[in-house]
Amino acid sequence: MSNIALPKIDQSTINKKEYIFKKLKKLTSPENILSYEAEIKPYETDALTAYKQKPLCVVLPEKTQEISNILKFCYEENIKVIPRGAGTGLSGGSLPLQDAILLSLTKFNKILEIDFGNKCVVAQPGVTNLSITHAVQHKGFYYAPDPSSQLACSIGGNVAENSGGVHSLKYGTTTNNILGVEIVLMDGTICRLGGKTLDQEGYDMLGLICGSEGLLGVITEVTVKILKKPQTVRAALIGFPSHEDGGKCVSEIIANGIVPAGMEIMDKALIIATDNFSKAGYPRNAELLLIVELDGTVSEVDELINKVSEISKKNNSLNIKISKNEKERLSFWIGRKAAFPACGAMAPDYYCMDGSIPRGKLAEALKEINNLSKKYNLPVANCFHAGDGNLHPLIMFDGNKEEELKKTEEFGAEILKMCVRFGGALTGEHGVGVEKRELMCEMFNDNDIQQQLNIKKSLDNKNLLNPGKVYPILRKCAEEGRVHVHSGEEKFSDIPRF
Amino acid sequence: MSIVEKKNFQTFQDSNSIYKPSNEREASNIIKEIYNKNLPIKIIGTNSKNFIGNKLLCTKVLDLSSLSGIVEYLPDELYIKVKACTPISLIEETLEKNNQQLAFEPIDFGYINDFKSNKGTAAGQLSCNFSGSRRFKVGSIRDHVLGFRGINGKGDIIKSGGTVVKNVTGYDLSKLVTGSFGTLTVLTEITFKVLPAKDSINTIVIYSEDNKIITNLFDQLLSSSNEISGLVYIPNEPKNNNYTINREKILKFNDLTSEEAFLALRIEGSKKSIEERSREIFKELELKKMKTSILDFYQSKLFWEKVNNIELFSGTKNNLLRVIIPPAKSLDLMKYLKDNFKYYIDWCGSLFWIEVIDNENGKIKEIKNIVLKLGGYLTIVKYSENLSSDIDLFTINDTRLLLSKKIKESFDPKNLFNPGKMYREI
Repeated sequence: MSNIALPKIDQSTINKKEYIFKKLKKLTSPENILSYEAEIKPYETDALTAYKQKPLCVVLPEKTQEISNILKFCYEENIKVIPRGAGTGLSGGSLPLQDAILLSLTKFNKILEIDFGNKCVVAQPGVTNLSITHAVQHKGFYYAPDPSSQLACSIGGNVAENSGGVHSLKYGTTTNNILGVEIVLMDGTICRLGGKTLDQEGYDMLGLICGSEGLLGVITEVTVKILKKPQTVRAALIGFPSHEDGGKCVSEIIANGIVPAGMEIMDKALIIATDNFSKAGYPRNAELLLIVELDGTVSEVDELINKVSEISKKNNSLNIKISKNEKERLSFWIGRKAAFPACGAMAPDYYCMDGSIPRGKLAEALKEINNLSKKYNLPVANCFHAGDGNLHPLIMFDGNKEEELKKTEEFGAEILKMCVRFGGALTGEHGVGVEKRELMCEMFNDNDIQQQLNIKKSLDNKNLLNPGKVYPILRKCAEEGRVHVHSGEEKFSDIPRF
Repeated sequence: MSIVEKKNFQTFQDSNSIYKPSNEREASNIIKEIYNKNLPIKIIGTNSKNFIGNKLLCTKVLDLSSLSGIVEYLPDELYIKVKACTPISLIEETLEKNNQQLAFEPIDFGYINDFKSNKGTAAGQLSCNFSGSRRFKVGSIRDHVLGFRGINGKGDIIKSGGTVVKNVTGYDLSKLVTGSFGTLTVLTEITFKVLPAKDSINTIVIYSEDNKIITNLFDQLLSSSNEISGLVYIPNEPKNNNYTINREKILKFNDLTSEEAFLALRIEGSKKSIEERSREIFKELELKKMKTSILDFYQSKLFWEKVNNIELFSGTKNNLLRVIIPPAKSLDLMKYLKDNFKYYIDWCGSLFWIEVIDNENGKIKEIKNIVLKLGGYLTIVKYSENLSSDIDLFTINDTRLLLSKKIKESFDPKNLFNPGKMYREI
């Protein structure tokens, strides 16, 4: 397990834990408080399993008013609180603290209203992303953001992290697909932001809460927009002889006015790894594989997929397959969706990085990552949401060798710094959490960070809600930033990650 | 709050009271100075939307119009980075050369203010967050801002976001600043997401004044997979000369019967796709039973410009209300408005532009009550001289006001930027 600086432990909180348990039992049902070691062990980490820490206790409230009362009590008693959704986050955003209450929202698991008239669904935060689509698909609707963990991740967590998915270029991320939330502030104030209308009056606090990683308020209800399913979806599977050709093709697709629903890239290492793992039938001679997915009306998709095919040929594509039916389209994705487990099968451990770069820098970024791979003598495989510039290099290593872990950490940090240098971002969709906290100064200077901290202070003046996350504690650029998976022991290893 | 007169407050401006920085650093130094001296400032660009919001009683003006120009435009990366007061018209011209656009359709408020075009600046558009007719399909201005640079109330230069669409690094301050009417930061640079413009446009016009038919069509079209990008209902004008009576003049098109109430829906895409979708929409909505007409490319382009720019209320001296409600509630509001008001509905039933005659303060209060009950909100975008001082121009509830004050304080602790522009004490 890696070491990381966490906020100073408040011994007085630990000393009065019996009093805290007693009080909490009055604020929610006693069976909603977990305090025995065996009960709280499952909560000691989220999906960033490199970091583990047991909380003081776990509370599983069932009503908004209970959360309000609990937070008010914690505020008055100066007790830290860590909110947690499904615990599928990849950046340690819900890593517990020894002197903090872990507030789990898993009992908030009901869809409260399906409003086809206003094209929205009101859900409690513990409802999974995919179950929203399941609830409305009988009428041809769906919820657009589709993080790869959508089977297990909760909508509240999606809001906290501003989750994306493979279709973000066309459909946006969570922030572009929610209409309202109910939140509870650290002092217990319950507040509704937005509702069922487009936009909202005054400051866009819905936009502020979305992606705030549980630092500003506890989300207790979410209203999401639902969309009508497109008439048709088709995909093209294209192999290229070089990174440059593939990168140029991506840029030209965009330059030709095409906005694909999804555009995914895999490098040779990953093509081979996934093809071995899932027998996807990918072109093993290609240096770069591109999957372009288009959706919309039938004639438009037909027209555009032909255009994509022409652009690919112009850019020296080795082979192009265009899906003729839904079965074939899904078969194109099999290998891509197996990217993470395929890497897990190739090495004892892997780190998944998450940075964003401008699309045009793709070939340059892959070259630099490969050079770093040689420098650190560690293999790397790359997948890339090319449509929106989100890069996920997977560094393979053996965590039993201490030296390799350190090298991997340095390698990962260099990749993220490169993303920022190329004009991209430190994190595209996994969040900062504890993982990339000390790298924030790569993107922001002291003034930028101070402004964000001022906002945090204005809504949580005692810094009790999810402290130690997102903003640097050390205020120096430590060499961190990765998802650590050991021997395939990824938390929620049964859910797809891509 | 509305307009509060403070008799001892200096309201005129002379050249000594105007700061006009030529770059971000100068602007930052000016703000440091006004912070030290506790001087509230009115922030302006080209003044195109100066009439929106409460009147400011500041002795000092910060004129940002010199911060203008395109910093970086990368069509393949789908973004344009501009200095804050770059004219929207320049941005649109630049994008057009690459067949791209600001998909949120910036509104030209020049017409309602002064009968002529004045699109203003990037910062002005962002500060208002009033998006055009395509909003229900592609999102509002806030969804198209990738990042910004600005100066907070202490004079510190700050930035947030960047140039890529996938970016969850730190709080998303771009959203917060959009629609804040210059009360949080002095913007210096903005990065907009841009999108390809569609090859062609067509408009199907459906004539009806039956509210139930209209709202059913709203619902059906919002549920359609035929991807419409504009849906507006324009009822007949009331027979009352106190309203802006101009429909016949503004909406004069060969293929539009302007004396009838109608619903117009826009389809954008390739010609082939438009033809196919139009056919399907006719089938889906059983339009053969109804009176319809089609506006071709040129008529469509002009028609949607006029709708988008609220030209039906050109130069109004009355109050102009911008009302947003959940779309399924549109019938309820239409029932109240009947033919007693001049109004039209955009965003597929969500956005109402309503004109309320000069001295009818009671009607504004009634509309506000209904809108709040329907789960919506209201902004008085243009107000007449006789607007009662107890009518707020913006909507907010007590809890949100409390939060807003905290947010304001975190950016502008001395409340110096456009104080009172939106709400009391903000």
